[in-house]
Amino acid sequence: MKTRDTILNLGGLAVLVLLLWWADGHLGNYAMRILNLSAIYIVLALSLNLANGFTGLFSLGCAGFMAVGAYVSAILTMSPDIKEMNFFLEPLAPWLQGLTLPFGIALIAGGVCAAIAGLIVGLPVLRLRDDYLAIATLGFSEIIRVVITNLQGLTNGAQGLKSIPKYSTTWVVWGVALLAVLFMSRLVRSSYGRQLKAVRDDEIAAEAMGVNVFRVKVVSFTLSSFMAGVGGAMLGHMITTIDPKMFSFMLTFNILLIVVLGGNGSISGSVIASIGVTVLMEAMRFLDEPLNFLFVKTDGLPGLRMVVFSALLMIVVIFRQRGLMGDRELSWESLARTGLLPRSRNGGLA
Amino acid sequence: MMLETQGATMRFGGLVAVADLKLEIDANEIVGLIGPNGAGKTTAFNMITGVYEPTEGRIRFQGKDITGKPAHSITEAGIARTFQNIRLFSTMSVLENVLVGSTVQERPNWITSVLGTPGYRKRTKEVRDFAMDLLEETGLAEFADEQATSLPYGKQRRLEIARALASRPSLLLLDEPAAGMNPQESIELMDFIHHVRERFGLSILLIEHHMQVVMGVCSRMYVLDYGVTIAHGTPDTIRLDPKVIEAYLGVD
Repeated sequence: MKTRDTILNLGGLAVLVLLLWWADGHLGNYAMRILNLSAIYIVLALSLNLANGFTGLFSLGCAGFMAVGAYVSAILTMSPDIKEMNFFLEPLAPWLQGLTLPFGIALIAGGVCAAIAGLIVGLPVLRLRDDYLAIATLGFSEIIRVVITNLQGLTNGAQGLKSIPKYSTTWVVWGVALLAVLFMSRLVRSSYGRQLKAVRDDEIAAEAMGVNVFRVKVVSFTLSSFMAGVGGAMLGHMITTIDPKMFSFMLTFNILLIVVLGGNGSISGSVIASIGVTVLMEAMRFLDEPLNFLFVKTDGLPGLRMVVFSALLMIVVIFRQRGLMGDRELSWESLARTGLLPRSRNGGLA
Repeated sequence: MMLETQGATMRFGGLVAVADLKLEIDANEIVGLIGPNGAGKTTAFNMITGVYEPTEGRIRFQGKDITGKPAHSITEAGIARTFQNIRLFSTMSVLENVLVGSTVQERPNWITSVLGTPGYRKRTKEVRDFAMDLLEETGLAEFADEQATSLPYGKQRRLEIARALASRPSLLLLDEPAAGMNPQESIELMDFIHHVRERFGLSILLIEHHMQVVMGVCSRMYVLDYGVTIAHGTPDTIRLDPKVIEAYLGVD
C-alpha cells in the first residue's frame, strides 16, 4: 500500500525533526557538533557512493572537490573586515574583497564550482578504469590542494582561512543531508539510475544497449563532485577554519571507510555508517590519549584510533565483503518482512 | 538494403582478422555468418556494432554510413546485438535488464528522472509496458522480478534477445544464440528466431556453429575462414561447396 509508506515517511520525518529539535535544545555543544558532523558525512558518503557504489567509478578525489567547495563558500560569505584580517600577507583579489553573499547562494556556488572542477578533471580521467582511475583522481585531488596552497591572493595559501561565519546549524546540515538522501534515492531508482548501474555491471553491454557510457560517467562524477563540494562547504562553515592540509587523502579515506562499511551501493548503509563512524571516531578519542592498562602504559599515541578503524575495515573486508547493507536498502517493506510492521500487499519502497 | 559492408577490413597489427568483407542483408531477411573458430565472425560483428572501427572499408546501414560511429549511436540507429558469452547486468532483475535495453527509446536524463516529471513518467510507463510485452513474448514474464543471473542458461540467452529487442531495432545481430543448447532447445530457438522476425519485422544476422540451426533458419549465408569470405549463397549451395567442406572437414 502506497499510503502506508507515505504515512510512515511523513511520520519518520516528523520523528527526525522532533529529535533534532530536542537535541538542539538539550544536548551540549560537543554532542551537537558530533551529530551535525554525522549529517555532513552523510552528504559526503552519498557523494562517494554515487560515483563508487552506483556507477562503479573507483574515485579517490573526494577531498579535492570538498576543498573547492569549502574555499568558494567561505570566501563568498566572509565580510570585508574578516577578509582583510585573514589576508595579511597578500591582499585578496579586489573583486572578491567586497563581495559577501548570503549563505544559501554561497553554498550552491561552492557545489557548482566543485562540479565544474569535477567536470574538468573527469573529462580526461574518466577514460581510465578501476585502479588507474583511482590513482588519477587521487593525483588530481592532491593537485587541487597544491594549487590552493599556492594561490596566496585567492585562498590565503598555507595560512588557511579563519573566522568563517558559522552558518552550519543543525537545521542546515540535516536539511541538506535529507535533501541528499532524497535526491539519491530518487536518482538510483529512476531510469537514469538504471543506466548508472548498467555501466557499473557491464560497460560493454551497456554501450551495446545504447547507453552513452562516457557521458553517464561524466554526469555521475560531476554530480558526485557537486555533493562533495556542498559537504566541504558545510564542513568549513561548521569548524569555521579551513586550511589546505585539512583536505588531504586522510579525509577521502574516512569517507571511503564509511562507504565500504555501510555497503557500496546502499544509501541506507551510507547513512547508518556515517552516523556510526562519526560517533565511534569521537568515542574512541581516548585511545589517542595516554593510556594506562594494568601492564601496558602508553603516553599518548596520536592515530591509534585510526588503527582501530583500519582493523575494523580489514575485518569487514574479510568477513563481510559487501559491508553492513551490501547493496540492499532499508525500506518500510524490509521492516515489514521482519515483522515490525504490518505487511503490505504490493510492496513499495520507503 | 538494410546493411551493406563495403570491403570492411579489420587489422590488428600484422594480423588480418577480417579481410574485405562484403555482407549484404535485405529487409526482413535472416542471414547466417558461419566459419570455423577464429574465422573472424565476432570481429565482423564488432565492426558492425561499433566496438571496433574497421581499418578499411565502409559500413552502410539503411543507406547511411555508420563507419566508426560509437557503439551507442549505432544502437540508436537501429542495430541491436547479443553476446557470445552472455553479458547480462548481474545486479539487476530480469525486467530491469530489458528496461536498460529501452534506453534509446526512453532517453532518460537525470533531472527529469529525479523530479519524476509527467513526461518522464509517461515514457517510463510506455517502456515498462513494452518490456513486459517482450518478456511475455519470450516466455520470461513469470521471472520478471528475479535476478537475471539466477535464470538457467537457455533463459539467459532468451533474455539477452529480449533486451536487444527492447531498443526496437531494425537489424538484430545474434552471436551464437544456440551455444550450449541441447538439440531440443536448438529447435525451439529456430522457431523463436522465425517468430521474432515475423513479430517485429526485422532483419537478423546470426553467427552460429550448430549447422542444423543455421541451415534451418537462414535464407542465405556467408562463410568465413581466416577472415576471408570463402563462400556465400543459399544453404543448399553452401552445403555442397567444396571450399566450405575443406574449411570444415579438411581435405587431403
